[in-house]
Amino acid sequence: MDVLTSNFSTFAKGFLGTVELTVYASILALVLGFVMASFRVAPVGSFRAFGTVWVTVLRNTPLTLLFFAVLLGLPRFGLVLPFKVFAILALGCYTSAFICEALRSGINTVPRGQGEAARSLGMTFSQTLSMVVLPQAFRSVIPPVGSTLIALAKNSAIAGAFSVNELLGTYKTLSELGYNIIWTFFWIAVGYLIITLTISAIFNVLEKRWGVPR
Amino acid sequence: MKALAHDATALYDVPGPKTERRHRLYGVLSTLIVLGLLAWIFYLLFDTDQFTYTKWMPFEYKGIQELLLRGLGNTLKAFALAAVLSLVLGTVLAVGRLSDHRPVRWLATLVVEFFRAMPVLVMIFFIFVALKVQPLPALVAGLALYNGSVLAEVFRSGVNSVERGQGEAAFALGMRKTQVMTHVLVPQAVRAMLPAIISQLVVALKDTSLGYLITYEEFLHAGKLIASNLDYDLPFIPVVMVISPIYIGMCMLLSWFAQWVSKRQRRNPKVEAAEVAPAEPGTLLPGVQ
Repeated sequence: MDVLTSNFSTFAKGFLGTVELTVYASILALVLGFVMASFRVAPVGSFRAFGTVWVTVLRNTPLTLLFFAVLLGLPRFGLVLPFKVFAILALGCYTSAFICEALRSGINTVPRGQGEAARSLGMTFSQTLSMVVLPQAFRSVIPPVGSTLIALAKNSAIAGAFSVNELLGTYKTLSELGYNIIWTFFWIAVGYLIITLTISAIFNVLEKRWGVPR
Repeated sequence: MKALAHDATALYDVPGPKTERRHRLYGVLSTLIVLGLLAWIFYLLFDTDQFTYTKWMPFEYKGIQELLLRGLGNTLKAFALAAVLSLVLGTVLAVGRLSDHRPVRWLATLVVEFFRAMPVLVMIFFIFVALKVQPLPALVAGLALYNGSVLAEVFRSGVNSVERGQGEAAFALGMRKTQVMTHVLVPQAVRAMLPAIISQLVVALKDTSLGYLITYEEFLHAGKLIASNLDYDLPFIPVVMVISPIYIGMCMLLSWFAQWVSKRQRRNPKVEAAEVAPAEPGTLLPGVQ
């Protein structure tokens, strides 16, 4: 029990590390996912192809392999960045594929007549997408995007095993100090629960405000 | 043909000749950009001597090929064990969640929600470090607990997706609950659930690579051994170039299989009402399923 009280700073550091990683990777994933989703519904064939390849490859890549390739591989050909940046890149790119698919299925839920009406007003593709279709799609994708971001928070644990300072990584420090490992893991579990429950609470509020049943 | 391809979207019209020309221009430009990026990556690879003979030499040796194959075998072994165990655990938990007895239902719900909320890796590490279990059982147990909990939700929503009248009719014939389940509901649910189950198995296959982090000698681990070999001038990039396509290819095959099954089912008139969505990754949201 005293593992938490006497090592609060270690836990807090790991906890904040996980939060930081989750926040930055989420932003990257949302932006990239949005770009890829627009590519996947674009009228230009090569954009669609690029989006499809991006999603198919990343969704079928084990995240550990991606971390392995990015954290340990990229420095070998001259690209040296801080570990944390690499971790954010790997997590963000991986999750962007899932965000993209969530957005795309949201876009498909918008009735076709909406797009037809927008076109008959003379709107272009990007206007139709950004002013008519996406605002409506956004409301139906709140739950799947929320669970994708929860998955991201949980996946950030892998970064800890690759020695980026985050919550799971704290067990190494504390087990070296000889603390009871079971209690250490108990508090790590509580930490992750706090993060995932917070994300889920945020998305519940968003859904209550804007959500529509799919 | 052209009109068909564009039919699916509400976002744009079938392009006219002018727009078509513009689109072709965009297409060419974007292709050039992608090709340029690829060329730059190749330049970087050549520039840092990734294609030298020494770095690719290890793959010629029988011992190293065997090491990789053994790693791949271990990956598939962990996957097979985890898949079977998660299906069993998923069935048990789903039965618990569909039980008529409140305590059983609560217990099953608690187990399912807890294991879905935890990162798989934390569970694997806990079993490996705190309970001092060997790498393979630790990996398999962690994967089975997580995927089993997710599959339990898939099974539950599958059974619930069968038309209500089916169960009612079976009860009216005097069947017991177990009989209704095994004779009427489950056989119909399995068809609808199959694609979602296979998609979840893709997750399990991907996650076997977590074994690398607890020193289980799987595919990635074998790659790491070769990659950090000084005799071959640390062939890190070549190793990534060899093992990634194999890993990604395996997962893609399984994903395509799931898609194929679900497409085949959509054409099958016997399963019209039920379509079970694949489980959302790690949800704590009420109302998602």
